[in-house]
Amino acid sequence: MSFSLSEDHEAFRKVVRDFAEKALQPNIERWEREVGGLPTEAVNGMAELGLFGLTASEEYGGAGADLTTLCVAIEEIGRVDQSLGITLEAAVGLGINPIATYGTDEQKAQWLPDLVAGRALAGFGLTEPEAGSDAGGTRTKAVLQTNASGEAQWVVDGAKAFITNSGHELTSVVTVTARTGTNENGTPELSAIMVPTGTPGFVAEPAYRKLGWHLSDTHPLSYDGARVPEANLLGARGRGFAQFLNTLDDGRIAIAALAVGLSQACLDHSVSYALERKAFGQPIGKKQGLAFQIADLQVAVEASRLLTYKAAWLKDTGASVKQVKQAASIAKLYATEAAVSATRTATQVYGGYGFMEEYPIARFYRDAKVLEIGEGTSEVQRILISRGLGLPVE
Amino acid sequence: MKIVVCVKQVPDTWAEKKLDASKTLDRVSVDNILNEMDEFALEEALQMIAAHSGTVTVLSMGPDSATEAIRKALSMGADGAIHIVDDALKGSCAAVTSLVLAKALERIGDYDLVISGSEASDARTSVVPAMLAERLGIPQVTFVNKVEVDPAAKTLKANRITDDGYQVVEASLPAMISAVEKMNEPRYPSFKGIMAAKKKPVETLSIADLGLEADAVGLSGSWTKVNDSADRPPRSAGTIVEDEGNGGAALVDFLASKKFV
Ligand SMILES: Cc1cc2nc3c(=O)[nH]c(=O)nc-3n(C[C@H](O)[C@H](O)[C@H](O)COP(=O)(O)OP(=O)(O)OC[C@H]3O[C@@H](n4cnc5c(N)ncnc54)[C@H](O)[C@@H]3O)c2cc1C
Ligand SMILES: Cc1cc2nc3c(=O)[nH]c(=O)nc-3n(C[C@H](O)[C@H](O)[C@H](O)COP(=O)(O)OP(=O)(O)OC[C@H]3O[C@@H](n4cnc5c(N)ncnc54)[C@H](O)[C@@H]3O)c2cc1C
Repeated sequence: MSFSLSEDHEAFRKVVRDFAEKALQPNIERWEREVGGLPTEAVNGMAELGLFGLTASEEYGGAGADLTTLCVAIEEIGRVDQSLGITLEAAVGLGINPIATYGTDEQKAQWLPDLVAGRALAGFGLTEPEAGSDAGGTRTKAVLQTNASGEAQWVVDGAKAFITNSGHELTSVVTVTARTGTNENGTPELSAIMVPTGTPGFVAEPAYRKLGWHLSDTHPLSYDGARVPEANLLGARGRGFAQFLNTLDDGRIAIAALAVGLSQACLDHSVSYALERKAFGQPIGKKQGLAFQIADLQVAVEASRLLTYKAAWLKDTGASVKQVKQAASIAKLYATEAAVSATRTATQVYGGYGFMEEYPIARFYRDAKVLEIGEGTSEVQRILISRGLGLPVE
Repeated sequence: MKIVVCVKQVPDTWAEKKLDASKTLDRVSVDNILNEMDEFALEEALQMIAAHSGTVTVLSMGPDSATEAIRKALSMGADGAIHIVDDALKGSCAAVTSLVLAKALERIGDYDLVISGSEASDARTSVVPAMLAERLGIPQVTFVNKVEVDPAAKTLKANRITDDGYQVVEASLPAMISAVEKMNEPRYPSFKGIMAAKKKPVETLSIADLGLEADAVGLSGSWTKVNDSADRPPRSAGTIVEDEGNGGAALVDFLASKKFV
């Protein structure tokens, strides 16, 4: 039994930490002020390091690394900035993975090389203004029609909400789930269709103004008779939702890693501030009332980290789908809720300065909450965990 | 082109450095890193072979733990490494370091260019590159911030930083150059690079392999010796100048008294 990552993982962690601290950290505040969205410069830096291609196969320019390696990268980027961490997570988990897993050879050859190299970004649009947790409520529809020159095309109509990496200058394609018919039992037939940026009728509306994740790219999308070739169907017809759920397990583990990075950042900052900041003539870390909160922070970091990397390890060592799913939901639920508490503690340790934008703590505080929402809310994770236990939760 | 890059493992720039009982630097209790200046040297070499083809070998003298710095250089893209490790080397001064490195380079033989950093961040003598070139009998161009090589004509042209500006220097190959900071932007190793590094050849040599005797190196062979050392005194409180209309003059007097102006 071993609780340590491999030497390669640790060597890579050092590299990513070094990169995050030197190439990203000094620019975050400026990017938040001046760019106010995803800075292409930051994507280029992560791309140069090969982060977008970590788990992709070498055939498409990837490194063929395991999920644990990706988690290490996301954790270390997330320790410095959550927006850039989610950008990487979504680019790989939602952008690249569905294409790499379900794409045909032609689709992979067309899209993966640029995505893997970080020259382009892809999004995945499941959520709609009126269908989030309940993805079965999807209203966006796609109808197969033959155009004037006799080519079969999907005509997509509808809208998506909160889609990451969907409207950036680097975005090349957004895969969307859409109703393509009705199943025998009356439920909607959902399929996944790739809609390239620039397709007439497909519009990424102006980016949302968000509480946090200011450097991540999130847009509402609208589809008004957007036509794409029939061959843009990703995976099997009618399997769109099921496929998406399958790729979500990796994503949940990766989100847990993002949360671990945030909790670790809160711990690191809190310890150094508690040693440095004086009140009543002594460092505030001398006060039990404060020190104990930081002690609890470390407990939360350690527990989150173990759950997260155990889930990644299960996935990497070929554990059963059921085991991986359960571990992924447990890690995502625990690590994200721990991260939200961790930012609350860190803000408390920093006192008034914790509320000021000149320290990273305020940004962490704003960024944390969405971790409990994206890629399955905490409630959804609890539903899944309950069901995994055999409880008949609806 | 065959390029050899000299790299040194040094204590982390931010670590507090201490001397051990033998008055040599305690390299065990601190985090060690690849000397940052050497990353510029390596990056330059990697760019040269990308442009002109060839191989990059890293050469390092240092204890066992220096394998970490060597591994980093290999994961950045060097093709192979030579690591000189021998207990007898502990405490070697710059003159001895250059002797050992020169022996290793003579053993390599057919190199076209040797690139080093212009300063190691621990001892900071900046003399190893010059001593090394002298021992090898090859042209040296130190403190270089820009260089172009012409492998066919076997020449190089380099900008050499001086106190007043820079000199443009030409030299024939094989030659030795030492790189200054900001010469380029050293790459980060990729995960692929880290994995590939494990399969790259690292040749370990002892001083016997280089035909050197134990008493020619280390503390006994060194030309310099540390007799005594003292901790840096704590910072004094400083002088506070109250500005009563004469603040400017008081500042100038202070600077003049310290011979700053
Ligand atoms: C910044 C950001 C980026 C995002 N990026 C993407 C993306 O790239 N692609 C994408 O498809 N989606 C994306 N999302 C959407 C995200 O996945 C959804 O917001 C999330 O799944 C919740 O859906 P909803 O917002 O519709 O909430 P709702 O489903 O309306 O839920 C509202 C509340 O009700 C609770 N709830 C719902 N059903 C139940 C139940 N059965 N039992 C108990 N409680 C329940 C929820 O947990 C939640 O607390 C993103 C969201 C954000 C904020
Ligand atoms: C007064 C004094 C006392 C010292 N005492 C000791 C001591 O007791 N014990 C001890 O360990 N050291 C000691 N040193 C340090 C020792 O002399 C140097 O570490 C060593 O000789 C290299 O010199 P440098 O670090 O100044 O290299 P520099 O000349 O500053 O380095 C320039 C470049 O040369 C190359 N280079 C330097 N060293 C190596 C190497 N080992 N392998 C490969 N390339 C290299 C690198 O490319 C480097 O960037 C002492 C130094 C001084 C000034």
